[in-house]
Amino acid sequence: MQSRNSRPQGHGGGPERAPARKGAHDEQARGTAETMTCRDPWHDAPARGRDRTDRSGAVASVPAARREGQTGRMPETTAQVYLDVQRSAAFQQVRSRYRRFVVPGAAAFLLWYVAYIVAATAAPGWMARPVAGAVNVAMLAGLGQFLSTFLFAWAYARHARLRRDRAALDLRWDTQDRTRHVAGGAS
Amino acid sequence: MNGNHQTLTLLLCSVFVAVTLAITAWVSRTRHGSAEEFYAGGRLFSPMENGFAIAGDYASAASFLGVPGLIVLVGYDGVLYVVGFLVGWLVVLFLLAELVRNCGRFTLADVVAARMAERPVRLAAGTSSVTVSVLYLVAQMVGAGALVALLLGRTGSAAQMWTVTGVGVLMVLYVSLGGMRATTWIQIVKAVVLLAGTLALTVLVLLRFHGDVNRLLLTAAAHSGHGDAFLAPGLRYGGDWTARLDFLSLGLALVLGTGGLPHILARFYTVPTARAARRSALWAIGLIGVFYLMTIVLGFGAAALVGPDAVRGSNAAGNTAVPLLALHLGGGAGSTAGAVLVAVVAAVALATIVAVVAGLTLSSSAAVAHDLYAALRRRDRRPRSEVAVARTAAVGIGAAAIALGLLARGLNVAVLVGLAFAVAASANLPVLLYSLFWRSFTTRGAVWAVYGGLVPALLLVVLSPVVSGNPDALFPGVDFHCFPLHNPGIVSVPLGFLAGWLGTVTFAEPPDEARHAETEVRSLTGAGAA
Repeated sequence: MQSRNSRPQGHGGGPERAPARKGAHDEQARGTAETMTCRDPWHDAPARGRDRTDRSGAVASVPAARREGQTGRMPETTAQVYLDVQRSAAFQQVRSRYRRFVVPGAAAFLLWYVAYIVAATAAPGWMARPVAGAVNVAMLAGLGQFLSTFLFAWAYARHARLRRDRAALDLRWDTQDRTRHVAGGAS
Repeated sequence: MNGNHQTLTLLLCSVFVAVTLAITAWVSRTRHGSAEEFYAGGRLFSPMENGFAIAGDYASAASFLGVPGLIVLVGYDGVLYVVGFLVGWLVVLFLLAELVRNCGRFTLADVVAARMAERPVRLAAGTSSVTVSVLYLVAQMVGAGALVALLLGRTGSAAQMWTVTGVGVLMVLYVSLGGMRATTWIQIVKAVVLLAGTLALTVLVLLRFHGDVNRLLLTAAAHSGHGDAFLAPGLRYGGDWTARLDFLSLGLALVLGTGGLPHILARFYTVPTARAARRSALWAIGLIGVFYLMTIVLGFGAAALVGPDAVRGSNAAGNTAVPLLALHLGGGAGSTAGAVLVAVVAAVALATIVAVVAGLTLSSSAAVAHDLYAALRRRDRRPRSEVAVARTAAVGIGAAAIALGLLARGLNVAVLVGLAFAVAASANLPVLLYSLFWRSFTTRGAVWAVYGGLVPALLLVVLSPVVSGNPDALFPGVDFHCFPLHNPGIVSVPLGFLAGWLGTVTFAEPPDEARHAETEVRSLTGAGAA
């Protein structure tokens, strides 16, 4: 693995440089620039790998080295993979896109619904005001709730399809790849 | 009600029962007995199939029989009721469907247990799931009883008992033999039958008024005895402030409760991906929305054509408004067309009840086997097959539902469903939302959130006018009610959220960062989804 190989050549600053090199390798391997804009996702993993090698010597480092050799980039546990992915820019973007749509959206439809039932209970006189024929404000508001529900659902699906699905799918394969390698390496 | 239509009704019901049993037999032919198959039907349903199944699972007897009945009796306030049922689906679509599909396997507790200490969380969430499902089951059983009361006359209490028992036996058969796959197909068949039946009646009502909705509403108002007030909110919930608060409480429970219903969330496990879960929720919203619009037409149609007095005379809670409307549309008592329509309505209602009941039985037996049994069994014992436990649990739950259904048969179906929603909103929704969205949520917080919502909700129901203190109550003879509202939602839902927050912040239990990361990544990307 690159970081390990490079350490002897470093001027005692190997530990600091290692994460950066790993990151660069990763960028090539995955061909995406996104993961690199975040704080280095591999920081924890090499740090611990280093610890092991340094303290317990060759015995502990053998499997670690083998694992890394197989995959090119490898935090040590599944938990670390998930932590890394969670901190990656790509994931943060998916999450913020999801939340930025869902939180205001949910607030909006809940408020609109609460306004409707509060108006129905607190101001029935106003709701009973006729609009046209037998149709009054309450009827229109009720129909409006049905329509807005359909609209909200449509908007959510559209947003998810256009803004989230592709990135989430990439992350999914990527994460599964990495967790599978962890499992494979550990066995 | 003549013998003619009873024969036809029995015939149609038998056809439905035969078809569903055939489905069950067909499905169980290639059974492997795996948990994946029993709880999630192999996860290979298409979004459209699942959307229909969700509609079949959700549109219960309370909707088909109870809502038009409520509209006949209290006018616009029945519409208020329906809106909550639909808007609640946005909570499911926005906040739950995809995320739950991604991080859970079979039950609602899976989602929470993914990042918490497994045993206490499973125990808590399993208990609340079973409670919600059984409450909802009782409502369906009462609906079945009401149906028979209409078809065979109000004196037939033995017949009523046999029907409730028959439905119970059927649901146990479907679930324990066919698992989720049979349940899903039964729900799909039911959704098609229900939508077709409702559509036919709606078209007949509209034809009767030559497509003039305005005249339909005016006639309904004129025949209701309330005049214009019938078309505006306030007849039921507009009296004193207790009644108004009661409605707000119900509204809150309906809109938040949908997201806490275990049998609905379990449906999202039957599709392969989160994207399919989202699309099935969209199908469901479309189908359910159209269905509820039609029930509103049926309600006002029954008010206009049958009138509240006739409905109240047949069943005080209004549950028989739709069959009476069908009889009228066909030409009145004694006419052949009327008999046919009543028979169709009865068969549709039976299909509705049977399908919902099967879904509920499945989800509660899953909660018993996958959550409660897994949490409670002693580690040193040889573990029994989880699916075998679930099959046994289905039998026990069936028996309990039959007994409770017979006990509660005087209550309005819609009110009972409102209670189930309130308990779901208080006990299940807070813990789900916290687990999915709150970084520092802890195990203790999760357990507190469940019990902090479940216990107050149940306690307030027991102390409410639903159980005692008035002639319509479960125990009319005694009076120990001290909580004024019929629906506990407005108190117990905030309590559930509050308890979860308190349980988390008042104890120095460090949240598990890694498992939170796993939940978050999995829920939003689908990595490692079952």
